[in-house]
Amino acid sequence: MTTVESILSRYREPLENFPLELAADWKKRHADKKLVGCYPVYHPVDLIHAAGMVPVGVIGGGNRLEIAHADSRFQSFVCSIVKSTLELGLTGRLDFLDGIVFHSICDPARNLGSVFKRNFPKLMVDYIHFPQNMTSPYTIDYLASEYLRLKTSYEALTGRPIKDDDLRRSIALFNEQRRLLRELYAIRAEQPENLSTVESYVLLRIGTLMPPEEHIPILKEALADIRARKEKPKDRIKVVLEGSFCEQPPLELIESLEAAGCYILDDDFLLGWRWFLEDIATDGDPLRNLANGYLRQSVYSGVKHDTREPKAKHLIDKVRETGAAAALILSAKFCEPALFDYALYKRALEKEGIPHLFLEFEEKMWIFDKARTEIETFVESMLFD
Amino acid sequence: MEPPMAQTADTAKTSYQGQMHLLQKEIMGRYFERVTRAAEQGDGKAVFMLISGNPVELVHAFDMIPVYPEIDALQLAVKKAALPFIQKAEELGYSMDNCAYVKADVGLFLGGRKTPFATIPLPSLILCNYVGCNVYLQWFEHLAEYCDGKIYNLDIPFMRDPSGKPSPEDIAYVVHQLEEVIAICEELTGKKLDWDKLKRIVALSGETGELWAKIKSLTKHIPSPFDNYFDSVTMMAPLYCLRGTEDGLKFFQTALREMEEKVQMGSGPLPEERFRFVIEGPPPWPYLRTFRDLFAKWGAVAVASTYSTVGGLWEFGFKHDPNRPLESIAEHMLQWNVTNRNFLQRYEQIRRYIQEWSADALVIHSVKSCRLFSAGQGDMREYFTKELGIPTLLIESDLEDPRYFSEAQIKNRIDAFFESLEHRKLTHKTQAAGATL
Repeated sequence: MTTVESILSRYREPLENFPLELAADWKKRHADKKLVGCYPVYHPVDLIHAAGMVPVGVIGGGNRLEIAHADSRFQSFVCSIVKSTLELGLTGRLDFLDGIVFHSICDPARNLGSVFKRNFPKLMVDYIHFPQNMTSPYTIDYLASEYLRLKTSYEALTGRPIKDDDLRRSIALFNEQRRLLRELYAIRAEQPENLSTVESYVLLRIGTLMPPEEHIPILKEALADIRARKEKPKDRIKVVLEGSFCEQPPLELIESLEAAGCYILDDDFLLGWRWFLEDIATDGDPLRNLANGYLRQSVYSGVKHDTREPKAKHLIDKVRETGAAAALILSAKFCEPALFDYALYKRALEKEGIPHLFLEFEEKMWIFDKARTEIETFVESMLFD
Repeated sequence: MEPPMAQTADTAKTSYQGQMHLLQKEIMGRYFERVTRAAEQGDGKAVFMLISGNPVELVHAFDMIPVYPEIDALQLAVKKAALPFIQKAEELGYSMDNCAYVKADVGLFLGGRKTPFATIPLPSLILCNYVGCNVYLQWFEHLAEYCDGKIYNLDIPFMRDPSGKPSPEDIAYVVHQLEEVIAICEELTGKKLDWDKLKRIVALSGETGELWAKIKSLTKHIPSPFDNYFDSVTMMAPLYCLRGTEDGLKFFQTALREMEEKVQMGSGPLPEERFRFVIEGPPPWPYLRTFRDLFAKWGAVAVASTYSTVGGLWEFGFKHDPNRPLESIAEHMLQWNVTNRNFLQRYEQIRRYIQEWSADALVIHSVKSCRLFSAGQGDMREYFTKELGIPTLLIESDLEDPRYFSEAQIKNRIDAFFESLEHRKLTHKTQAAGATL
């Protein structure tokens, strides 16, 4: 049986070096397959899969990538993931991709789509405008038409039509993957002593770099292993983590946070790959089902701008529901959406009397002492308060 | 070192003071009085909107008052009053790296809403016309949390298709939303929309836009009759606050007349026009005069600017059509403003400006606050210098936060750039002369 330990020893190092090499290696073994890169946060990956292609999470360059070219294109005040993604492209590390898709998450990501189009004319570069009106009854028509446009793009890339039944099968497959990921997160929330955040992170992240058909069996075996664990809870404070929905912190930082005395019961890492709270319907019009899922069945995300509830409600609820003692806001440096959200989170958390710690990170950071000291101090203040 | 031919800033005539400016002061004064009356006496209902591709016609049709937090923020910056508000917002948890327009406005909103030019009312409707700028969504989301006003996100699909045009589905989606906005306004004001009135307003907008386009094409003349950046921004407030009103139309009629006279007289904003440039990016509002003078001393005139097209892009043929009021408002919001167009469409807009407005150079003013404008301008510079061979200068500061403006540094960059441009001109002249000998 594959254990979580063996999965980590197989994948942790590649993930810390150049995560995308896992996907590039896969492509070498499947030369006839087309791969499409998905910039965070969310992409209807089911559609790429239904076209007979493999969706790949292009989620930054990590802390081993030297930015040598991209910083002359994007200014110093632009977040790291925008620059590292361009750097990956300019240094040929995305050559294994046949396409890449951006969307309306933030302004730099939006412009990055255009910069990609100009610099990589052979690559299919598309852009999804996700609706920011979550209340109008017409939004679903719009989003279904946007997905139809994207579907046509994918059909042009592969040269064959995507049939509704293909898409239904893909949705069913990703439903299964997302169900397993929800279980993984449920275990963390309920028995964090049995599954560390780094372990669940690796299990999730590898799923962005291989087809779901390969990821699902790994997840199943890992879950069987985790379910059998009976660790003793340590004397740690329980927190929920928020703010890392796009650029990803280094694994060592995540590890430091836990080692400093926390159980992270929930987080928003790699949010787009576990976007739905429940299964997407597999009967009826599949494009409409995906659109409906986005509007009515998806997780909270600050970049979705849902005016139906106050910004911090989901965070307060999450703290209450999981029984966490505090919130940890871990925002990427220069990430304007996360930094804006923080102002409202701070206000709401203070009002509710929930302690919180705000930390900034960069995917390219190497030294974790400062973050570690801050969190240790925070944990101590909580434990001995 | 001062270049031998350059004039000093105080001898260079850097602005044109005519009827148009007096009229601008008068009508904008009336507008801000109306805004203040709404705040202080509850006279009228305010609709908060954003500048980019704004649907001001609908707001006027209900006799509601358009209030633009961006205009409030920039007025604070111009009057050098923004910093305390920015700092107040930062104390509340806003980051150094957040857009300073938002911070100044949040500081103002939570700090009494009194400015040197008006008192800002609480909004009855927070109409987030999301036209390209993601920060808009954050901004209005935050204001909605700080007051009881109703928020509506009017979602405008971004120009992502290679054709650069909206799809029929995009237009239908926006029209449906405009109908929902109408229903909200009807509920807020207690009166039904008068469609004839809306059509009249849209017709006025059409005429105003056409006048504005004519005014902006006058800068194709050599010398340019006015500066299509520094002087254009004076005309932008009436364009957004008063488009669709008689006051607004009268202002643009006057402006066109005066600018045409200047063309007749062959006069421009500077004693001598020595360089023509296109400028990309918003101005540094807290140091507008200083910034202008840095160009003026070189005899450099901006003949076109992308910033003057944020609220609408009329110079390439768009005109509001009163017979299709909602569709034409939708088209304006979708296609005919710079912010909802993709970055490569902006490259193309600038390329046309350089060519059709006979410019010598491109200046990119990169502002930290507005990543919509700035993120990726290094690539833009790469395109213009390497692909097109256009001399391009990239300078950095901010549109609102005075802490990011380094005069000495910007001056050095601008001087070095125009010095080399001058050298280039002289060499070209000599070469041309040599060829004819």
